[in-house]
Amino acid sequence: MSALPSGMGRERAQTVTLAHGSGGRAMRKLIADVFLRAFDNPTLARLEDQALVGLAELAALGDRLAFTTDSFVVTPLFFPGGDIGHLAVNGTVNDLAMAGARPCFLSCSVVIEEGFAIDSLRRVAASMRDAARVAGVEIVTGDTKVVERGACDGLFVNTAGIGVVPLGVNPGSNRARSGDQVLVNGPLGDHGAAITVARNDLALQSDIVSDCRALNGLVAAMLAACPDIRCLRDATRGGVATVLNEIAESSRAGIRIREAAVPVREAVRGVCEILGFDPLYLPNEGTLVAVVPRDAAAAVLEAMRRHPAGQGAALIGEIVDEPRGTVILNTNFGGERIVDMLVGAQLPRIC
Amino acid sequence: MKYVDEFRDPDKARALIAEIHKLVARIDLCRVRPLQVMEVCGGHTHTIFRYGIQHMLPPEVELVHGPGCPVCVLPMGRVDDCVALAERQGTILATFGDAVRVPGSRKSLLQAKADGADVRIVYSPLDALRLARDNPGREVVFFALGFETTMPPTALTVQRAQAEEIRNFSLFCNHITIIPTIKAILDSPEVGLDGFVGPGHVSMVIGSAPYQFVPERYRKPVVIAGFEPLDVLQALGMVLAQIAAGRAAVENQYRRVAADAGNAAALAAVHEVFELREFFEWRGLGSIDHSGVRLREAYAQFDAERRFAVPNVSIADPKACQCGEVLKGVIKPWQCKVFGTACTPEAPLGALMVSSEGACAAHYQFGGSVRINAPANGKAPVP
Repeated sequence: MSALPSGMGRERAQTVTLAHGSGGRAMRKLIADVFLRAFDNPTLARLEDQALVGLAELAALGDRLAFTTDSFVVTPLFFPGGDIGHLAVNGTVNDLAMAGARPCFLSCSVVIEEGFAIDSLRRVAASMRDAARVAGVEIVTGDTKVVERGACDGLFVNTAGIGVVPLGVNPGSNRARSGDQVLVNGPLGDHGAAITVARNDLALQSDIVSDCRALNGLVAAMLAACPDIRCLRDATRGGVATVLNEIAESSRAGIRIREAAVPVREAVRGVCEILGFDPLYLPNEGTLVAVVPRDAAAAVLEAMRRHPAGQGAALIGEIVDEPRGTVILNTNFGGERIVDMLVGAQLPRIC
Repeated sequence: MKYVDEFRDPDKARALIAEIHKLVARIDLCRVRPLQVMEVCGGHTHTIFRYGIQHMLPPEVELVHGPGCPVCVLPMGRVDDCVALAERQGTILATFGDAVRVPGSRKSLLQAKADGADVRIVYSPLDALRLARDNPGREVVFFALGFETTMPPTALTVQRAQAEEIRNFSLFCNHITIIPTIKAILDSPEVGLDGFVGPGHVSMVIGSAPYQFVPERYRKPVVIAGFEPLDVLQALGMVLAQIAAGRAAVENQYRRVAADAGNAAALAAVHEVFELREFFEWRGLGSIDHSGVRLREAYAQFDAERRFAVPNVSIADPKACQCGEVLKGVIKPWQCKVFGTACTPEAPLGALMVSSEGACAAHYQFGGSVRINAPANGKAPVP
């Protein structure tokens, strides 16, 4: 462990205490043992108040910097298919990727509730390390705070990220035009359904795992097939329905979706049937919506299906002139309905 | 998905729609005015909008979305009482999820929770009883609501609480009954309904006999229906077939679940635990005699209204609301003065905008023909 300052061995305490947030020796030890050990890179190992990154190497990648931040709170912290660490890295990587950017560097700030198990913290840091490695980004700066019991729910993680957008790449929610095609990269709602089952309020059992994954590799493959992708959105909170509504509103266009073409796993449909949820609104953590020109749709779809994160890709609908700002679903059953923004959270129905 | 997709088969739907068109052609009245068929239950309303059934029907058949959404018809005063219970020191208020957003005059349960009340979403009254068992130092109040469908599980939970001598569990009882309400609607002078799609899950408990008064006294058909889209289409066809033949009877499309005799064990539990109230207040419809139940004296210890002081203030519906007229099919949701302007799902004024099973919220969110076919700029409708 070359990056570790000397004299910083393994943390022996079992749980995080307020001492670990005091700025003193205990905190340095915790940071070194948990985060430096996991993230292990020379930029971070300087242990200064900031990371320094060279401009020249960034400038060589494109003409604009993409910069984003996201905070992660999830119950439970560990769930089938991932944990808060995977979410924190992939969420920010994906926010950058949706600009067509190549993600480069992340920060990692944690707010820890006193009493949190240090082993769990290690697990989260290891997940962040693994996710960063897969996404090809470095975690180069961070911060640790400890708060009193009850002041946070175990662990909150914030990541910020910077990436570089290549010249000529310019996806935007306001760029959808009539005739453009709407694509998704795989089945909807896996993350939302996995979390719902993992909370165990209903004692449901399933083999659904979260779709939590980085999408920057997939986006690069899509841009190679069509540099002029009109819109790219990560369908996290509010699901695909919310993203489609945002695109329809920003582009002042209508969107028509075919229910028969929308991919949803059987098990996810099952959870939705029991709870009265609609998979279009379930959150995802590795599912994107792309709007592409009609003549490029086949090529982009093929590029997506060749990538591991896009094997289940599907063309689900198209941009239409009217009604503006509105998403309409042609139901399997032969009818049609509006797919509106959610008013609040999806709540289970009584009967 | 096995046993679900069979009830959503588009080919069978097309056949049923064709049948409905044929029936409409045989009904003379359709040439004078559209037929109005009320689906009583909010579950049917949900199915109708979710699958876009309205857009598949001939214009001669109008669906009127009835009062069967227990969340929608809950009056503000009852929500206020529930919030007051939730805000009592040391109380855990257990509720079904879709009740937390219903606005009271001061706040909803969701707002009360944000202000510090301990409001927990449960999936069954037994979950609430478990909360009581697990938290012996706290009072657990279950916000019991729903029609005859949800009464038996509440009744059985109360019986179990009594058997286990759990003292810190009680109900805030808002269970309501459907029959007096259908009667109240039929007795309204302005109503022009031609038939009913009857509530399947209520009928699973009460059976089909209680609807007999509808054909006998009012000469209107009732067809008890299931909740899948093919169920609804088939039941509509059965209603129209009765009208075409000049018949009026109670028929049961939902035999696979709802027996004509109902469920004797469920009814026994309900009658053992609950008794009819003199009257109950409905949002949008006002006070209806014998339309609600409360716990019997023998179970008084589980009655939150008897155990704790609740304000019990009746709050009048906002004047601008025309929920009652929409509920009775006298006007369409979008014909209400405040639809989509002062009254939206984000800030509902009236009952029917509260839950997605309410006629107005369903129209607003899923799009009645008005929103889909009449774009704001007045151009041609979507094909």
